[in-house]
Amino acid sequence: MLLKYAFIFILSGFALVLPLVSIVAGAILGPRKPDPVKNDIYESGLNTIGDTWIQFRAQFYLIGLVFLVFDLEVVFLYPIAMAYGRPEFGMAAVLVTLLFMALLIVGLVYDWRKGGLEWQ
Amino acid sequence: MAEWYQVLMTALVGAGVPEWIATAIALLVGVTAIGLVAPLIALILVWLLRKVISRIQDRIGPNRVGRFGLLQTIADIVKLLSKEGINPSRADFMAYNLAPILSVFGVLLLFAVVPVTRGLIGVDINVGVLYIVALGSIGIMAALMAGWGSNNKYALLSGFRVVAQLLSYEIPLVLSMLAVVLYAGTMRFGELAEQQGNFLGLGWYVFLMPGAALIFFVCALAESEQTPFDLLEAESELIAGFHIEYSGMRFAMFFLAQFLGGFVFAWVGAAMFLGGWQGPGVDLPGIGGFLAAGYMMIKTFAIYLLMIWVRGTFPRLRVDQMMSFCWKILVPLTVGLISWQMVVQVLDLPTPVIAVLVLVGNLLVMGIGLYAVGRAIRQEGFRTKRAFTPDSLIGTMQPVAE
Repeated sequence: MLLKYAFIFILSGFALVLPLVSIVAGAILGPRKPDPVKNDIYESGLNTIGDTWIQFRAQFYLIGLVFLVFDLEVVFLYPIAMAYGRPEFGMAAVLVTLLFMALLIVGLVYDWRKGGLEWQ
Repeated sequence: MAEWYQVLMTALVGAGVPEWIATAIALLVGVTAIGLVAPLIALILVWLLRKVISRIQDRIGPNRVGRFGLLQTIADIVKLLSKEGINPSRADFMAYNLAPILSVFGVLLLFAVVPVTRGLIGVDINVGVLYIVALGSIGIMAALMAGWGSNNKYALLSGFRVVAQLLSYEIPLVLSMLAVVLYAGTMRFGELAEQQGNFLGLGWYVFLMPGAALIFFVCALAESEQTPFDLLEAESELIAGFHIEYSGMRFAMFFLAQFLGGFVFAWVGAAMFLGGWQGPGVDLPGIGGFLAAGYMMIKTFAIYLLMIWVRGTFPRLRVDQMMSFCWKILVPLTVGLISWQMVVQVLDLPTPVIAVLVLVGNLLVMGIGLYAVGRAIRQEGFRTKRAFTPDSLIGTMQPVAE
């Protein structure tokens, strides 16, 4: 069991090193002639106006929140899916699960009616 | 551990190597195999994409370097290696440099759990499906870091879109995979493939759950940033997307991650819905193993070719269309599908009846989904037509307000 995760751990080290090595190789092999115009922001040749790092629009937070709720739900649904088919997982448990999902759908419908899903 | 590991261990220990060194060697061999095969696959994928897209667009495509242009990608890599990696002076150093590394990192790790044949799978962990889902999010973070770190307005806009699109489409993707997990009762990719071996190796879940498979495919297109969901790098709107400011090898890393990401999704889809390595004749002694590996690769490349076909054929969606397609069609449909399947499976019915009921639910979901899409397209058609009638706002190209 531990060996499997050791494999993934070693692979994650490899997966970090592979892009790092190629980027460093590119930096060594490639030319290096920085100049202020080249290093400036590329916006189709126009000089950039104003600051880029502005605030996110509230819409993204809304989507993010709905996503969080759904993702949490999915995290709970996977164990339920694994427990399916066991004798102790009967009709009552399924009803509770369906209620769980119904609550989520109520939330989605609320968000929908409030216009949280309309993208402007 | 998987079979390849046991074989290696037996051979090494048999040759008199101490056990801990043998373990280390076996693990390193496996890791290196994945780490080297994945970039090689990417080489083939780039060539394949360019060749197929060229044919769709009535061009020849790369045909100068090597036979059929097969060495074109290698030439491109040499070119990218000799390019200057520009460091934008106003970029956020950490986010800008970490993003390409992280995007490849997230994708390469996915290769650990996808199966090639029976016994030839990096690690057959018991949370395989969940592992894929969890690691899929690293790519989102990398793209957002690139968009934010570049200090470029187009890159930032693209970063915003990444968050919105990939987060949204992750939900139906995960739920459609849940449908399979619920039916199979396992998250191991090895077992998932084993369970689809009925009927001469043709008992694939795609025949049982066409609706889930279709939704999975659509979401995989969106998650791997393919047309018609490639809004985050829509070149007519955003120049190049979140990697505008990247050049040289750092740009190549994003490219690699995108290709491999699409391929891994095709692979996962083949393993979950198209029966993995199952097919006629995989149980034969001798050639069975090779047949199985061949089936697996053929299925994966078939799904990937389908993705390329879609990419070469469909126009791009608009942001609001894409978002409402996900939240208003896909999410309710998948939730309904899961609920239906839960109810069906808990009833005390014989297995064939359950299978038929699941199939009916899936067909219903497909029907409703396709009908809703068709209706939306018709409405959009009316709106566009009205926008161009003589008394409308000619020249401004603005859709008429409803």
